[in-house]
Parts: sequence; structure tokens; C-alpha cells
Amino acid sequence: MIVMKNVYKKYPNGVVAANGIHVEIDPGEFVYVVGPSGAGKSTFIKMMYREEVPTSGEIVIDGVNLATLKNKQVPHLRREIGVVFQDFKLLPKLNVYENVAFALEVIEESPAEIRRKVNEVLALVGLTQKSRMFPNELSGGEQQRVSIARSIVNTPKVVIADEPTGNLDPEISWEIMRIFEQINARGTTIVMATHNREIVNMIRHRVIAIEGGLITRDEFGGDYGYES
Amino acid sequence: MKARTIGRHFRESLKSLRRNNWMTFASVSAVTVTLLLVGVFMVIMMNLNELAVNIENDVEIKVIADPAADEAMVKELTDKVRATEGVLEVVYSSRDDELNKMIQSFGDELKLYQQSNPLGDALYVKAKNPQETVAIAKKIDTYEYTYEVEYGKGKVEKLFKVLNVSRNIGIALIIALLFTAMFLISNTIRITITARKREIEIMKLVGATNNFIRIPFVLEGIWLGVLGAILPMLIVSIAYYKLHAHWAPKLKAELFHLLDTMPFLLQLNGLLFVMGIVIGIWGSFMSVRKFLKV
Repeated sequence: MIVMKNVYKKYPNGVVAANGIHVEIDPGEFVYVVGPSGAGKSTFIKMMYREEVPTSGEIVIDGVNLATLKNKQVPHLRREIGVVFQDFKLLPKLNVYENVAFALEVIEESPAEIRRKVNEVLALVGLTQKSRMFPNELSGGEQQRVSIARSIVNTPKVVIADEPTGNLDPEISWEIMRIFEQINARGTTIVMATHNREIVNMIRHRVIAIEGGLITRDEFGGDYGYES
Repeated sequence: MKARTIGRHFRESLKSLRRNNWMTFASVSAVTVTLLLVGVFMVIMMNLNELAVNIENDVEIKVIADPAADEAMVKELTDKVRATEGVLEVVYSSRDDELNKMIQSFGDELKLYQQSNPLGDALYVKAKNPQETVAIAKKIDTYEYTYEVEYGKGKVEKLFKVLNVSRNIGIALIIALLFTAMFLISNTIRITITARKREIEIMKLVGATNNFIRIPFVLEGIWLGVLGAILPMLIVSIAYYKLHAHWAPKLKAELFHLLDTMPFLLQLNGLLFVMGIVIGIWGSFMSVRKFLKV
């Protein structure tokens, strides 16, 4: 599903965020990306949805080589990838339903399809009752559920999450993880950067540890492995 | 692009105008002020141009035939002048007509010359292109049977120079004004876009194409341009209408006369309207560009 070969990334300010990364992630996998702050986790994640372009090396997502992808084709790549952020990135002036529908309007889906798909994902994340509310009327956990709903409404093959529980209480975080588990159970590949030790240790999946721009550990069913 | 997407873009652009009410006001004001300046300037320019054309059309060459020449010789000269390249028309005026004109201007004392008219026949020559007047006059001067060729020598040359320079300055000023307007509107749209950076970021994240993001902003630019053009169109039209009504009758006897309101105001308003739209489109294009780099 995701293949990185010899990926090297140097920022203009001289920081090397990826120093020869090699990794393969199969369809349907659930992968945690862990590591200290500034180790290159975010760059690793951002390169997958082409927010950042590697200085050299090859990244292939679902058969598409990002190195040779033209700028024009980037929107089409993004439609195949759902992205979830720590800060939710919801549009404050749109209600829950509209925020999720937005991802489908952008790709010119028909109104009937939009209605069907949005209602389906809102049911999955348990927000059917709150579909007319606005982001500022929701709790952090609810907002993150909206953001997850938006990321999966187009049934992408991969969902990439950058610290999705970073701003949330532990209890709420479990709830979010339960949703990710459900999505993963439907066959969607999930790559999640996280600092949450308990979650990584409790819900065991493959763990990729990044330090100094290198993968220092790649372990199926591994634990978090860092002292916090 | 599907029809309902276009509908969506229209709704979005109008919504954005309302949402950013202060920025909308600022942009519209910027366009209003600049188009008003452009409008006033155009009125002056076009009327100056009209004056120039009038003067140009008034420039003619007076060819006086040798008083000793007989009818056949004058006929020969007339044909030759008529055949000269660049000549638009030649009006023949006999020596008696010439004398009558002088009598009218200077008084009856000259009537005495009616017995033996010392004047020669005259030809009034107009050039197809008034700028060529001097060259044609010099050429005619070389022909046989010409006694004198008058064309207001140095004056005509100077007049054309002044007119050409002022026309070029006018065009340069209008272009400069238009650029200022475009700069102002692109700046104001840029501010509204900065305010909506997050929205654009999210749109790109969920896979919106650049055009999908750009079109509502371009439409917004068009609205801003159109809204900004309305007031200048009204003000310039009404002002010129009043000005024309007041001054046109008084200027009737003069060489200079104001352009008639009707086709002129229609053209001017059309031009201002189109300028508003172009400024809007260009301004929004310039400002969105920066944010669409992937």
C-alpha cells in the first residue's frame, strides 16, 4: 500500500528530517509512528499525502509514485487518502453535516450520494444526533469524530492521522481509538503518529519508531518503548 | 465542471462578499475611486482628442495660382494637385470669389479692385492624414503655375507635436491608473484570502482542484469590480450630462465643442464596466495564485 525507498528530506534551513527511510506498509495494516518530538514523525506523515516532497528517494502510495506526481494530480491523490489532525481542521462556519459533506462537494459528488454517504459516516462516528450543530458547540472529542468522519466519507484506502488524540482527554482518546479500530476493521490502512503511550501499549499494532530521521525500530505488536 | 458546481461557486462567492463585509466595502471603494478618476480622465482625454481631430481637420493648404496663369493652366494645376498622393479633397475658388471674401473681411474699399483683380485663383487642399499636410504643401510648391502655398508653416508642425505628446501622456496616465486599481483590488482580495487561508488549506486537503478553489474568488473579484463600477458610471454620466447641457450651446460658435452625450456616454460606461470586471478578475487571480502552490 505504502512503499518508501531511500527517502531523504532536507529542509531549506538545513534540518534533515528523513535520512534514508525504508518502509513498506501493506493494505489493511494499522501502524503507529512513534518517536520524540522533532524526530521526523511529522515529515514522515506529511510526505505520504504530499504536503512535503522528499529531496530524494521514492514514495509509492497505492501504485502512485509521488516523486513523479505532477502538482495537478495532487488533488486526485488526496481523494484517495483521508487525513486527520490533532487540531481537527474543521470549518467553523459550517455545521457538522456540512463539514463532512464538504469533502464530497469538492469532488463533485451528486447530492443524493452526498446525503447517503454523510449520514452513513455520521452514524459510524455516533454524531447523527448532532449533525446540525456547529464545531464550537461540540466537545474536542466530538470535533475529532467529525474530522474522522470527513476523512473516511470518500472511502479512502488509507487514513493518515497525525496525533489524533493529542488534544483529547484519555477517556475521549479511547473512544476515538475505537472508531479507528472500526475503520481499520473495514480494511482501511491506518498510519497514526502518536505520543500516547497507553494506547500504543494497550491496543497492540505494528510500531515504527523514528529518531533523527531514521527508522530505529519496526516491530509488529510492539510497545511504545520510550520513557515519558 | 457540472452545472450544480457552478451554482455552488456562485453562491459561495456571494456568501463571501457578505461575510467579509468590511473588506468588500474597502475593495469596492478602491475600485470606485480609481474608476472615477479614470472616468473623469477619459472624459477630458476624449474631448481633447475631439478638439485635436477638429483642429486637424481644419488644417488645410491654400494654393494660390499664378495670377498670370490662364484658365487652362489653372485647370492643369488643379488636376495635378488632385492627383497628388495623400490629397483628400481640393476645393476650387476663383479669383473673383477670393476678392469677394476679402471685401467681406476688410470692407468695401477693396471693391475698386473689381475692375482689375490682382489675385490669383485659389485651391483649398485637405490631406487624407492631417499629419502629412506639411509634406504635401512642400510638394505642391514645386508644381508649375503655383504662386504661393500657405499652410501656417511652423504653427502646424508645433500643433501636431503638442497634440501627439498630450495624447501619449493621457494614454500613459490612464494605464497607470488602471494598474493602481488592479494593485489595490488584488491587495484587498489578498487580505480576504489570508483570512480564509484555513479554508483553502482544508479544501486542498480533501482533494479540491485549484480551479475549484479559485473560481469562487475570481467570481468575487468580478462582483467587486462590477459593484465598484456602478458609482463612477452614474457620477460621470450625470456630471457630463449636466456639463454638456450647460456648455454645449455656449461653445457652438467656437472651434472646440463637447462630444455629444449619447454615443459617448454609452461607450464610456461600457468601458468603465469592462474595466471593473477586468480589474476584478486580474486582481483575484494575482492574489489567489500565491495560495494555490501545492
